Amino acid sequence: MHKSSTWNLHLIAGLLLVVLLGIHMITTHLDLILTWFNIEKGKPGVEWANVIHRGQQISWMVFYIVFLGTALFHGLYGLRTIIFELGVKREKQKLITALFVIIWLGLFTIGTLAAITFRSVAMGA
Amino acid sequence: MGNINKYPNSLGIGGWAVKGRWGLERYLYTLHRITGLGILLYFLLHIFVTSSRVFGSDAWSALVLGILHHWTFQVGEYLVFAAFAFHALNGIRLILIEFGFIVGKAEEPVYPYRSSINVQRPASIIVLILAAIIAVIGGMRYFML
Repeated sequence: MHKSSTWNLHLIAGLLLVVLLGIHMITTHLDLILTWFNIEKGKPGVEWANVIHRGQQISWMVFYIVFLGTALFHGLYGLRTIIFELGVKREKQKLITALFVIIWLGLFTIGTLAAITFRSVAMGA
Repeated sequence: MGNINKYPNSLGIGGWAVKGRWGLERYLYTLHRITGLGILLYFLLHIFVTSSRVFGSDAWSALVLGILHHWTFQVGEYLVFAAFAFHALNGIRLILIEFGFIVGKAEEPVYPYRSSINVQRPASIIVLILAAIIAVIGGMRYFML
């Protein structure tokens, strides 16, 4: 298998996501069983009080931004690998890579702006 | 860089599952890809859905009560949860194999040959059992509480 630094990054991102996505899953999808990260215990993690509580803390904002960037990279790199394996020619591979970089940048910007903007909304609540 | 023989991927997507007498690990490979694609699709939509919280509690509550609590979304969300459990655990297995763990020790090919599958297969079964346990716990959260 051809090894590259981006492939190694893909693996590192995967391991990081086990932790980051694991925390996210506990917070919002196992919220009624494991209540560690929610202030309104016994209520869903997507309950507004819990959403506000997380939004007020800078650690959660940083968490979401790192999580967003890592998940986008791991997911898009995985999709790119699958597409390339289907026999895309070398000239088109560069175009697809460029397109994926643009998608990563666009979605990372939208999600990051939302995380930063929401902190000021949460602080005013 | 030396010459690398390149062969066309003649099996295509069909080769993921039905073009050979694949072993368990080959089906885990297919499932890893399907769950990865499913999680990615959900995640891309998730970015826009969760970004709507910047519009305040009314917009968020309408979204949560209107869409997120609907049974079809709950089932879909549970499938993503179960997919995550499998994808994460199988990903750890793949990384361990990639770096030379759980593949067995190299030895001379002396008859009777010993297959490294005897080392890899238990790891595959452990992944499936742990993923099933986490999926059941998640199912309790989604459908019983």
